[in-house]
Amino acid sequence: MSLLELENVTLRFGGVTAVNDLTMDVREGEVFALVGPNGAGKSTVFNMISRFYTPASGSITFDGQDLLRLKPHEVPRLGIARTFQNIELFDRATVLQNLLVGRHRHRRTTLLEEMFFLGRARSEERAHRHAVEEVIDFLDLQPYRDKFIAGLPYGVRKVVELARALATKPRLLLLDEPASGLSVEETQDMRWWIEDIRRQMGITVLMVEHDMGLVGKVSDRVLALDGGRKLAEGTPAEVQAHPEVIAAYLGTGAISKTASATGERV
Amino acid sequence: MRFHFKTSYDHDIRLFPDWWNFAAYAALLVVLLALPFVLDSFFLGEVTNVLIWAVAGLGLMLLTGQTGQISLGHSAFMALGCYTCVIMMQSGVPFLLAFVLAGIITGLVGALIAIPALRLHGVYLAIATLALAIIADDIIVMLRRWTGGVNGMFAPDITLFGVEINRWVNPEYWYYMTLAIVLVVTLIYRNLLRSPLGRAFAAVRDSEVSAQAMGIDVARTKTIAFGLSCAITGLGGALMGLFAGSFNNETFNFLIAIQLLMMIVVGGLGFIHGAFLGAIVIAFLPQGLSLVTDVLGRGFYVPGLEIGVFGMILILFIIFEPMGLYGRWLKTRIWFELFPFARRDMFRRQKSYLKTERVR
Repeated sequence: MSLLELENVTLRFGGVTAVNDLTMDVREGEVFALVGPNGAGKSTVFNMISRFYTPASGSITFDGQDLLRLKPHEVPRLGIARTFQNIELFDRATVLQNLLVGRHRHRRTTLLEEMFFLGRARSEERAHRHAVEEVIDFLDLQPYRDKFIAGLPYGVRKVVELARALATKPRLLLLDEPASGLSVEETQDMRWWIEDIRRQMGITVLMVEHDMGLVGKVSDRVLALDGGRKLAEGTPAEVQAHPEVIAAYLGTGAISKTASATGERV
Repeated sequence: MRFHFKTSYDHDIRLFPDWWNFAAYAALLVVLLALPFVLDSFFLGEVTNVLIWAVAGLGLMLLTGQTGQISLGHSAFMALGCYTCVIMMQSGVPFLLAFVLAGIITGLVGALIAIPALRLHGVYLAIATLALAIIADDIIVMLRRWTGGVNGMFAPDITLFGVEINRWVNPEYWYYMTLAIVLVVTLIYRNLLRSPLGRAFAAVRDSEVSAQAMGIDVARTKTIAFGLSCAITGLGGALMGLFAGSFNNETFNFLIAIQLLMMIVVGGLGFIHGAFLGAIVIAFLPQGLSLVTDVLGRGFYVPGLEIGVFGMILILFIIFEPMGLYGRWLKTRIWFELFPFARRDMFRRQKSYLKTERVR
């Protein structure tokens, strides 16, 4: 059964059609990858789901609910969390504080309770802390718990961003290039984590990724975009073998040469 | 070197991380409580003044240091807090109730003004709030029926729990009252920082996009921040007016707002300690300057010297120590704690602190 559905979605920026009549669905419990060359509209799709952009036409529904009627800050409350391509963490806060912000959608304390730290404030705070600690354990972030983001290396920041998204306890996780800028080992870690997120936590994952090695290993289905248009959809192998996909990546002349080299990194 | 070993989640939640820290603040409180027995009434008045500035500064700190929104109009809210408190006291409302209500009213008005104002960013927000500070002056004159206009108002004596508190008769009572208010405000501030709202403030400051993606209503959070900030600053204003004894439309002019901003930048943006350190600088700088000019002789008195020196200090801090006095203290402390392993570039700035300055 599909969790997220986009139907005939079109988005234009002035004269540029960033996403053109795109229809796709993400099923509950799967890892779904969006691939395509730069400027294909992958991140734009993410930004529409997060409601930073509003499509000109079409509909986006999550678990039967119309996302287009929501404001950006209401989307996470349904259980959609995301990471950003160019890491957007809270730089002047510690890792722990960043993850605790992820718990914001579970906030139940009122302003007065928080001002005087009365009633539920303390027990809620402990509960948030506990939930965050589980994520820290899952992603091995213990050494960085009290470190400020501003001083952390890139690879760790990437993991912290994933952790912050997980701290919201989402049903659907949007990962915008989870492996970009990571070393080979870090990409390996990311791969296992994505598999564990799907298997142990039962979270559906929709990701944008250029590393076809990673996409091929973790995703159930892949959708290739170019110029905002759907080129191909199917299993990783099917999409990688699709002539239009190869053409979009390598140019039309490359089709004959690489058609046989499926399964390799494109 | 102290190592902070955590054994439960409460270690991250409680107000004082460890006994050593608690003892340090307890000692500070004891010193503060003992001050009236040591200082004469003039210096006690000066310390009271520092605490009053600190309250007003904590208000602006919540907005600028925590939420990253600039305001050059907080003098207007100091005036609002002061006038509402005194007008209520004159119509027979007991001091404590009038004081708290003045804070609440200022907060509500602030939140109302924030709804349109916080659609602006950076420099534009600074200009809009500066306009507010300048308009406040005229509004006070226009409402002269209630505010006394240019003739001003005299602050009534404060009666708290049956005790009359007068600055000239019993300055130590004034001091203790201010100290109690400062403690309550600081506690509220600290509580906010360790709860979801305080973290939402920091999230809005550091990345609005990302805050939204975590389910934080940015507009609402900013409005609440502005409201709370105005409420606290209003309390500071009420204390300032009551302490001064008389005030008029010029008491809370826009220069006060600029001083307030300078104070928190010099003290250290984003730190509670910063508001207090900045308040010490603001309150004692005029005295320090007059000492210097006295030594140099009467011929050296220059009109506007104070503002000039204030401005220079602000610029020097922004260039050489953007984290302010408290930041400098933290760096010094870490240098000693790590001795001899501290590195020069450990605190290299990664991003500009006042993110509000970035024009979107």
